[in-house]
Amino acid sequence: MNCDGCGKEETVVHLTKMVDKEVRSLHFCHACAAERGLDPTTFAPSSPLSDFLAQMGGEGPAPAPAVKEVPEACGFCHLTFAHFREVGRLGCPHCYTSFESHLRGLLRRVHGGSQHMGKVYLTPDPTQGERLRRLEALRRKLVRAVEAEDFERAAELRDEIRTLEPVGG
Amino acid sequence: MMDGFPLMPDLGLAWLDGSGEHADIVLSTRVRLARNLQGHAFGPRARVNDREAVFRETQGVLPRIQLLEDAVMQPLGELSPRTRKLLLERRLVSGELVGNGDGPGRGTAVVVSPSHPLNVMVNEEDHLRLQALLSGLRLQEAWGLVDRLDEELGQELPFAYHHEFGFLTSCPTNVGTGLRASVLLHLPGLVLTKEIGKVLEGLTQVGLTFRGLYGEGSEVVGNFFQLSNQTTLGKSEEELVDHLDRLVRQVIQYETQARQVLLRDASQVAEDKIWRAYGLLRFARSLSFEELMNLLSGVRLGASLKLLPGLRVYSLNKIMIFTQAAHLEEAAGKELSPSESDLHRAAFVRRILSTEGAVAPDPQTPNSPGDPAE
Repeated sequence: MNCDGCGKEETVVHLTKMVDKEVRSLHFCHACAAERGLDPTTFAPSSPLSDFLAQMGGEGPAPAPAVKEVPEACGFCHLTFAHFREVGRLGCPHCYTSFESHLRGLLRRVHGGSQHMGKVYLTPDPTQGERLRRLEALRRKLVRAVEAEDFERAAELRDEIRTLEPVGG
Repeated sequence: MMDGFPLMPDLGLAWLDGSGEHADIVLSTRVRLARNLQGHAFGPRARVNDREAVFRETQGVLPRIQLLEDAVMQPLGELSPRTRKLLLERRLVSGELVGNGDGPGRGTAVVVSPSHPLNVMVNEEDHLRLQALLSGLRLQEAWGLVDRLDEELGQELPFAYHHEFGFLTSCPTNVGTGLRASVLLHLPGLVLTKEIGKVLEGLTQVGLTFRGLYGEGSEVVGNFFQLSNQTTLGKSEEELVDHLDRLVRQVIQYETQARQVLLRDASQVAEDKIWRAYGLLRFARSLSFEELMNLLSGVRLGASLKLLPGLRVYSLNKIMIFTQAAHLEEAAGKELSPSESDLHRAAFVRRILSTEGAVAPDPQTPNSPGDPAE
């Protein structure tokens, strides 16, 4: 995305504002943002999530001891945790491991837990645990398919369960 | 994959057909899954090469996805602003995908299936947003469809997944299942009896959130409320969908009770207001979209209560979608000023109601309340 100021550099500040009852999005690079007095580190939070994030580590409970282990920035996309707290969006899949301990606390507060209980996605080389959790999820689905009399789907699920089941098990 | 995307006037409109359970109260059911590909920055932080790679990888696997065998993958940048707005008005793409003012970002596309009520947004906030959109209350069916699409796509594309946090998304409020199930409800009874505040407050306490007709940040128009799950992590997809389904059924029951109260305590007033709303729609020469939506709400209530015999939910759904700005311009084949839009809107409504409208009952029915003959 090009800067709305100079048209060249990569943008770091994304501003949404109302102009004549219309929402307009503006994007600026560091230099152009600074010229307009827009400091990317002091933006007022604009969504409930960023409000929530802004409170974290502020007046909220004392940060967990794990804080020290959290890197300044994600090694893959270079998003800093401070920037994440402003925008409320993570930069890439690696951010979840880079900021894992910080995020675990956040996710518990937002969702009431941090352990995924839904579909298990099998990576090309799944661990035994992943395999078993996927089996469990597929069996639950099979029961639902049978209850709903969706026998075509049930047959597909049964075949998939067979391919995952340990031999002789 | 087929070409000729802009030439299909009914594309993606199956959700209008008025089928499905409680279709008079539940306009539509939507289930969407947010998915991202490994190795690329998420939408808001993605560079041009990330966005183009996501586009190419998705395009490359589509021919192998059975559920999308006749689907069209349309880059949004190749469409005229009006066509993009048409897709937005049909609720097939989000405002974010279309781009606010600046036009769509690089690599944004929508995959629309003509034979299944499924579509995929590419390069939105998340790399992929898979969604099923159906008429009426059909949460399990919508989930089943989008689940199958997800299974197929997941075998071909490397999704970003974490052993603890589940499917990874740009916003941590979507992580885990990435699932947002939502139901668009018409609740005039609860609004008129002033019970709606209590009901919505109760729903937010049990993990649901509500929005207006056009999703996040939109206002409530025409007594339409979109209810959806608030959290996405810590529960299975089935639990999230079943929880919403149970609560929506409860809301429908409250709405039905509120309507009975209206009919019991104010039947003449209600019937009069409904027929007046119908009369205005049937004969008005100029209608703003807001006025139309308010009148349509009364008429929809009348159709649901069988006070407007012969009027079908499908006709009302059709009016709602085809009287939006871009649809009117598409039909007129030119740009329309707001006042011209109002004229075209009223003309469209008159045309539909003249052929598909209500059949007025005989006003001299002997047992009519307040009939002077009694």
